[in-house]
Amino acid sequence: MRSVAIVGASLAGLYTARALRDQGFDGTLTIIGSERHRPYDRPPLSKEFLAGRITEADLALETEDEDLGAEWRLGVRASGLDRHDRRVLLADGTSIAADGVVVATGATARSLPGDSPSLRGVHTLRSLDDALALRADLVTGRRLVVIGAGFIGAEVASTARDLGLGVTIVETAPAPLARALGGEMGTALGALHEDRGVRLICGVAVQALTGDDRVDGVLLADGRRLDADVVLVGIGARPETGWLEGSGVDLGDGVLCDSGGGTSVPGVVAVGDCASWFDPGLGHHHRVEHWTGAVQRPTVAAATLLSGGTAPAPPQAPPYLWSDQYGMRIQFAGHTRPGDSVTVEEGDVAARSFLAVYRREDRPVAVLGVDQVRQFTRWRRRLGTVSTG
Amino acid sequence: MIPACALAALPRGEAFRLDTVEPPIAVFHTDDGELYAVDDTCTHQDASLADGWLEGCEVECPLHASRFDLRTGHADGPPAKLPVRTHGVVVEDGTVYVVPSDLPPNLPPGARARTV
Ligand SMILES: Cc1cc2nc3c(=O)[nH]c(=O)nc-3n(C[C@H](O)[C@H](O)[C@H](O)COP(=O)(O)OP(=O)(O)OC[C@H]3O[C@@H](n4cnc5c(N)ncnc54)[C@H](O)[C@@H]3O)c2cc1C
Repeated sequence: MRSVAIVGASLAGLYTARALRDQGFDGTLTIIGSERHRPYDRPPLSKEFLAGRITEADLALETEDEDLGAEWRLGVRASGLDRHDRRVLLADGTSIAADGVVVATGATARSLPGDSPSLRGVHTLRSLDDALALRADLVTGRRLVVIGAGFIGAEVASTARDLGLGVTIVETAPAPLARALGGEMGTALGALHEDRGVRLICGVAVQALTGDDRVDGVLLADGRRLDADVVLVGIGARPETGWLEGSGVDLGDGVLCDSGGGTSVPGVVAVGDCASWFDPGLGHHHRVEHWTGAVQRPTVAAATLLSGGTAPAPPQAPPYLWSDQYGMRIQFAGHTRPGDSVTVEEGDVAARSFLAVYRREDRPVAVLGVDQVRQFTRWRRRLGTVSTG
Repeated sequence: MIPACALAALPRGEAFRLDTVEPPIAVFHTDDGELYAVDDTCTHQDASLADGWLEGCEVECPLHASRFDLRTGHADGPPAKLPVRTHGVVVEDGTVYVVPSDLPPNLPPGARARTV
């Protein structure tokens, strides 16, 4: 393999570039990214960066003296993949020939369904530019409505509360994070908002946003209307794979990959939030949308690419995520599904410091910690050594 | 020299967080019986290394898995870019003491702003 093009110049793309060089690839490396920025870290965008505690420079993922010997094509979007010619087509009309292609295009924040007119004051949060725009709107005393009580919505609520805004969260499901954590623990995490005076409304859908030029309210399906100066839509993200349609790369919920990151097209691998790897433990494809997955899997994907798919895929650690809300550290590892039992093994939900273990037929499959970092570390290790799913 | 804890209270494989100092210091007792002290706060983002995973002479940050060599403080694996400051450790009469470094710490950006 003499040339590799990485599409997506963020976390998974950068770590794949590093892994390729670490594994001895000394050919031409081109990194294509639609954002103008050098690779930066996204988790602080809803936390310290949104709060104004750290700067743009602090988000940099590269070290100062890092030299990957790559050609960077930033500020240009890949528009297609020609697998017969082995070329990545770019939106500026040029193209890049490459023996190997890494798809690391991440995900895009979902906007509200229906053609809601673009009102000022309505935000989504995925990129640095989004965070700068949202931050400028989070002015003390304003009323923020967060639509969706997922991790990003919850973190923005927490940050905005600290900045002195009045905050309401609206969630369609009966409890926050119910799909990820189950109803019981979702409810427990929901209480963290209410402790801090953030209003949480669950089980109601959003009907419409109101306002002429700037948003002034959120209309709920039950007829209630919430006043709003700022709205954050935090209803998840969809994999950024549109540019691959018709390319021959199989797509489902993301780029469908084998357990080593290989796609249906030889010489093309996918990593990070855009990729849905086959998980042998679960027996199906599963898209992992967390930081640690985008950091760990590039090593495997690079080996798959360089070996032409013959490198055996090592077993993957269970997915892991963390979230910071109201000064508390939330961590989760593993897979849970309805029907798993949940027991609190350390601390106390009422004390807002606890560790809960999820079991299926007595086998631990997942663990949730709130301000229980030490115990969580041990449990996460333990889960990694037994097969989950 | 700052007293940390009784040696008997720090079995091998365990860590002690000395949080009466600012910034806090983590003292580790490795499986091989060595004692090391480093700043408790990861240099990447705010997390306590005493809560991390101790393996040999390395501790792995509990949040993002940056690895630090406890002997040198060197960051062996990303995302951390800067070494963690190391301190001296002395055991006297069954008590573990920390001899704090007089070098400046490498605190993560968020924590830096908070502690001033
Ligand atoms: C606000 C926020 C907070 C988060 N907090 C946490 C957290 O606390 N814990 C956690 O575990 N995870 C968190 N995450 C998730 C984590 O940041 C992601 O899992 C991670 O960024 C995935 O990396 P990636 O490289 O796969 O995708 P991305 O970081 O999304 O990068 C994809 C890149 O590809 C570019 N791109 C897209 N399409 C094209 C194209 N056609 N051509 C060229 N370039 C393209 C995009 O512009 C982008 O720069 C958070 C995410 C966000 C947005």
